[in-house]
Amino acid sequence: MRGDGHPDAELKALSAALHELYDPVLAEPVPERLQAAAKGPRTRPVARAAALLATGLAIGALAGWQLRGERAPVAPAPAFVRSAAIAHATYAPEVRHPVEVGADQETHLVNWLSRRLGAPVRAPKLEEVGYSLVGGRLLPGDSGPVAQFMYQCSAGTRVTLYVRADARESRETALRYRAEGDVRLFYWMDRQFGYALASADIGRDGLQTVAEAAHRQLSEP
Amino acid sequence: MQERELIVALIPRLRRYARALVGDRTAADDLVQDTLERALAKLHLYRPGTDLRAWLLTVMHNVYVNQLRAARPLAPLEEESAELARPAREADALELRDLERALRRLPHEQREVLLLVALEELSYAETAQALGVPIGTVMSRLFRAREKLRAMLDGLPVASRLRVVK
Repeated sequence: MRGDGHPDAELKALSAALHELYDPVLAEPVPERLQAAAKGPRTRPVARAAALLATGLAIGALAGWQLRGERAPVAPAPAFVRSAAIAHATYAPEVRHPVEVGADQETHLVNWLSRRLGAPVRAPKLEEVGYSLVGGRLLPGDSGPVAQFMYQCSAGTRVTLYVRADARESRETALRYRAEGDVRLFYWMDRQFGYALASADIGRDGLQTVAEAAHRQLSEP
Repeated sequence: MQERELIVALIPRLRRYARALVGDRTAADDLVQDTLERALAKLHLYRPGTDLRAWLLTVMHNVYVNQLRAARPLAPLEEESAELARPAREADALELRDLERALRRLPHEQREVLLLVALEELSYAETAQALGVPIGTVMSRLFRAREKLRAMLDGLPVASRLRVVK
């Protein structure tokens, strides 16, 4: 006990009992989601994402990349990456209707999306990096419907996983990073799927951790 | 940043305090996660060289109180009326011989003071700072916490009163 006044015998015994009861927690392995939380930086809130993204897209549409002072990327990101960013900015700020089907009906959600996309879709489990599934929705895409899964961590930060299927394609790519306005994304291709994991709340490093977890799970057959 | 590494090293201490504070393992880790995220967002408020663990415990206290308020927005946080546990029934003294259960029945203000002083070994002054209250309040809450524990665990020999029943 610290030297405050005269810690009596009863308080010392109480202290010893509390230590006996709770010190075992100190020896437990630290859950990965807590290690991730201690490392992941937080940046700007998602509420600004839609406005800033719209501004960025307007400038891009009017004047091309030159106006922003950037070189055109050597390998431009596939079109679905921008669509994923727009979808994230559209739905992530939603308080009352963030998803169409909730995680409580995950089996139904996955079956429904798989049917519409014409390919087996699944929602990766991201609890290991601190995110749990909120639910998902169906969205229009350039070559057919696409799926969007939304995840949330205990602090309310959201990430979305955009899933596009195209039976004509079959590619494998590594994770690539892209920033679209205020939305950050990691995207990759795996067999006939294109995936984009988006967030406007967490920084690149934090998002990469989540993207790697998703990629790991989704690349298992 | 050096603080980040120190914070990672302090996670087990934070988990222990959170477990004692809220009891449930998952809820405790949720509290730690929220605390870590808030601490990183507010890291510019931490003065390097001061006690980082005490600062983190302050952050956890603020997160905890906000969550209590969010769960029961209309309930006053004054300890006399915010008894989250049922009032102790004299007939169930045997049920309460478990120290852990007795802790759950303390009003949260008393439980926080008791744990910061007797588990985290903070001084009265550090506890007062962590909870944002005067030292006198710390001492009166500690007195009441011990009194309540004594009453709940009463009727049993001193040695078995504090024996941990797993």
